Amino acid sequence: MLLITCPWCGDRAQTEFSYRGDATVERPAPSDSKEDWYDFVYTRDNPRGEHVEWWHHTAGCRKWFKVRRNTWTHELIDSAPPTSDKQDNLES
Amino acid sequence: MVNSFRHSVGGLINRSHPISFTFDGRAYFAYEGDTLASALLANGVRLVGRSFKYHRPRGIFGMGVEEPSAMVQMREGARSEPNIRATEVEVYDGLEVSSQNRWPTLNLDVGSISNLFSPFLPAGFYYKTFMWPATKWMFYERFIRKAAGLGKAATKQDPDSYSKLFEFCDVLVVGAGPTGLSAAMSAGRAGAKVILIEETSQFGGRLCFDEELIYGKPAEEWNYEVTEKLAMMPNVQLLLRTTAFGFYDQNMVCAAERVADHKSEPEKWQDRQKIRWIRAKQVVLACGSIERSIPFSGNDKPGVMLASAVRGYAKRFAVRCGKKAVIFTNNDSGYATVPALKSVGVSVEVVIDSRLTKPGGRALSQLGDTPLKQGFVVTRARGYRSVRSVEIGRIVEHESIMGATDKVSCDLLCISGGWTPTAHLYSHAQGKLKFNHQIAAFVPAAKHGSIYVAGSANGAFSLKECLEQGIDSGIAAAMEAGNSFSETIQIPDVVEEEVTPMQPLWQVPANGRGLSKRFVDLQNDVTVADIELAHSEGYISVEHLKRYTTLGMGTDQGRTSNINGLANLARLRNVAVPDVGHTTFRPPYTPISLGAIAGIEHGKNLSPVRRTPLHDWHKRHRADMQNSGAWKRPFYYAQTGEQVRDAIIRETMQVRQAVGVVDVSTLGKIDVQGRDAAEFLERVYINRWKALPIGRCRYGLMLREDGFVFDDGTSTRVADCEFYMTTTTGNAGPVLEHLEFYAQTVWPELHVHLTSVSDQWAGMALAGPSSRAVLGELIGEEAASDSNLPYMGYLQSEIEGVRVRIFRVSFSGELGYEIHIPSKFAQHVWQSVLSAGRKWDIAPYGLEAMTVLRIEKGHVVSAELSGRTTAADLGFERMMKKDKDFIGKRLAERDALVSSGRQQLVGVVSVNGRPIPRGAQIVEHSNAQGVIDTKGHVTSACYSPHLEKEIGLALIADGLQIQGKQMYAASPLNGRSVPVEVVHHIFYDPSGARTRG
Repeated sequence: MLLITCPWCGDRAQTEFSYRGDATVERPAPSDSKEDWYDFVYTRDNPRGEHVEWWHHTAGCRKWFKVRRNTWTHELIDSAPPTSDKQDNLES
Repeated sequence: MVNSFRHSVGGLINRSHPISFTFDGRAYFAYEGDTLASALLANGVRLVGRSFKYHRPRGIFGMGVEEPSAMVQMREGARSEPNIRATEVEVYDGLEVSSQNRWPTLNLDVGSISNLFSPFLPAGFYYKTFMWPATKWMFYERFIRKAAGLGKAATKQDPDSYSKLFEFCDVLVVGAGPTGLSAAMSAGRAGAKVILIEETSQFGGRLCFDEELIYGKPAEEWNYEVTEKLAMMPNVQLLLRTTAFGFYDQNMVCAAERVADHKSEPEKWQDRQKIRWIRAKQVVLACGSIERSIPFSGNDKPGVMLASAVRGYAKRFAVRCGKKAVIFTNNDSGYATVPALKSVGVSVEVVIDSRLTKPGGRALSQLGDTPLKQGFVVTRARGYRSVRSVEIGRIVEHESIMGATDKVSCDLLCISGGWTPTAHLYSHAQGKLKFNHQIAAFVPAAKHGSIYVAGSANGAFSLKECLEQGIDSGIAAAMEAGNSFSETIQIPDVVEEEVTPMQPLWQVPANGRGLSKRFVDLQNDVTVADIELAHSEGYISVEHLKRYTTLGMGTDQGRTSNINGLANLARLRNVAVPDVGHTTFRPPYTPISLGAIAGIEHGKNLSPVRRTPLHDWHKRHRADMQNSGAWKRPFYYAQTGEQVRDAIIRETMQVRQAVGVVDVSTLGKIDVQGRDAAEFLERVYINRWKALPIGRCRYGLMLREDGFVFDDGTSTRVADCEFYMTTTTGNAGPVLEHLEFYAQTVWPELHVHLTSVSDQWAGMALAGPSSRAVLGELIGEEAASDSNLPYMGYLQSEIEGVRVRIFRVSFSGELGYEIHIPSKFAQHVWQSVLSAGRKWDIAPYGLEAMTVLRIEKGHVVSAELSGRTTAADLGFERMMKKDKDFIGKRLAERDALVSSGRQQLVGVVSVNGRPIPRGAQIVEHSNAQGVIDTKGHVTSACYSPHLEKEIGLALIADGLQIQGKQMYAASPLNGRSVPVEVVHHIFYDPSGARTRG
């Protein structure tokens, strides 16, 4: 069982969380092309290595946050709140 | 009382505390401190089981977790447990044990006839023989299962309790031999929070069975001192009888503690076993090493034992494993068994050493005056139920036996094929092993992550190295876990041993007489010949070899045998052992009981049960309570003499003709508050919300981002910045999570706050032509009037002193209201409603009647909101905003979702009056077998008391255009086909006049 760091609650057991997937995709603007929308909904990379992904502290504070996890080693590198600056909030 | 095979003095047993136990119904006695294996050996019992495949007589081979053969059925009745290693059972007074895999008795086992047929039972026999015809497999299987298999699972419910617990520490030390004790001591002295776990019931590991000196004194004195000191340290936790069975991500080590397996039954307050989930900052693996066997003819006979085990039985239990012994070794450690045997009065006939180099130092002094045969091997062990003699011969270049063989009579053969470090946990953690030619074994390659491997688990077999590595790794682990330490810890003074290198002996070449088997894996009866066969049939990868021959697949995971199997494959492939590699180690290290895995999560604790605040009332009023997801819900309220169907019809007509009330507390309820609450709903629902006046409700539909319908429900504007949203029962959780995701991550600029209030509010739907009259009775006629509370209106009011929320919404198609009540007053208000409605003949109705009412009205539920339907498919096309963005809008507009030919929601009516099978396929022809070219399927079906017909809702391709057409609802499941007419999905009051009335 993984120990996941919630930016608000600290280290908690995996059973308290739910997973959503790639946190780097961004919802396109309504005016964006069909292809952009298709990619947003369906196209995902499946990297071996680092992956930034959404987790939800479902049985805790109910906050969504980003986790950088290595899909190969299961190492949880860091986590960060979903700030408005969506690109760089894991660089700290 | 005297044990005939017990020496009169010595051993770590309590001779003042004799114990009696039974084996196969016969009484024996032992001492406190004995294991079942030592007790049986002390009583001269050598035959303890029959082998898995050939039913060959088997005895005790090892002394601990490595034991492949001596598995027994523990206890009787509900506490009975199969396949328990006799070497790990602590004997207690009254213990009942029986042997396994034999019939009718251990001595006379009919199944052993398979041994005679064994030439016809090679590796892969079952795969090859029972492949075809496939239909016969079920027939074969019954016999195969009966012939194979070991013990029997208990058939009664386990009366004992089990539990799980989480623990955290700086340094976890696995194994309490000299290495582990040193590691725990040094980490403990550095101030680290330490957990030391030991599989057996005693600390010390090899110190309990090897003759060693520390500071010039017997090692057990040092063991005792260190253990005492550790027990006094407040930051060190010691756990005996605890097996670390798996290493998982982020240093999560799972360990099974056998809390009360050594007692006839646990104390009242005690669990039988516990699983400890230990999260450690650093881990020191000091799990030791295991002696391996040597494959030669007849090496499985009772009386053939590991040399280390024989030593251990002598020293720890003062037990003689035989009377006349022969030792067969390829390394120095075998020599240590000579003085151990002599000390308990066993004569050692000869030591056979396959090496050509004569050992020096300690081995030589241990040998004493015992004859030594250098460069010789045991070619065959003879005897049936026990070894009676061995044949020995000179070995040349590991390939052939030269010259005539000698015969030595003996009843005990001690073998040592070298030592294999226990690398299981390290490998679970993805640590890589490398082959160490010096000891001919796979050894952890390096420190891996935060795992230290120390002592003989690391291939360092001398006591001095073990103590050194233990201390070093203990300090390093403590420091890395954040402790600081400046003292130096002295390495205990032990004599450096001179060691002559071992020489691998992977098999003794067959000596002409082919029939006698050379076993590699005792538990699964895998022989050298099986490996040769697998190799010749092309199974040259270790993983294939394992699966084809079952090598190492037993409950012992091939601890004494795996490396021999791999090395023999390497020999056949003519490559080096590291080139064939090793099989993957997977948890659990030892079998873990299902009880321990389940813990308290069984029976009523298996999954949570949700009850509405009205649950007790329903039960008191003869409701048929059924599971609906996690919820318990009333399906109907039975009246005397009434059939289920009658009850459902009665309750349905009650609502259509008078008034009924139903518990809808299971609905999801979400409080949406904030300056941008309306804007937020505008974005998550397909329809408009900003203009909704305060005090009004609206039906809303949500899509997923892929354009398909997600959920529906009514939401109400309670205040300018506050909406009260309801969701379907099943989606209460997912909808909240979905909304939170969008509010927190996609539109963090919106000021909106979401709170689940599903449990805070109970709900009831009051429905039927008389519902307004009943409501009037409760809150006043004026308040309940159509002008004050119009259709889709909302009112905050009071019923019998309780503040309630009243919504004029209807799911039944009748005039109706939903009354939401703070949960703890739900029963009070529910009863008030029933009393107020008495003069209109009010009655409660259940989920079944509610379903009939909604099907008649054509309302959709999860059966229609299946995740594959669009808003347009369900007739909600016109609700969709054209001009503004909302979740799912763009993909709902894609071609595939708007093209013709999509399945649309329609009603179906049975033409011949037969019930419409739920889930049936809609086809154009009546053939229910081989349904092809389906046009859609039935989503909901029921008997409609209003129409007095069998009706249903269905999703049918271009359904709206084929209304009036006859189709068939065909169920391949029950072979039934019902002709149906396609109609509009609203069967009842299509204009909505009754709802709005």
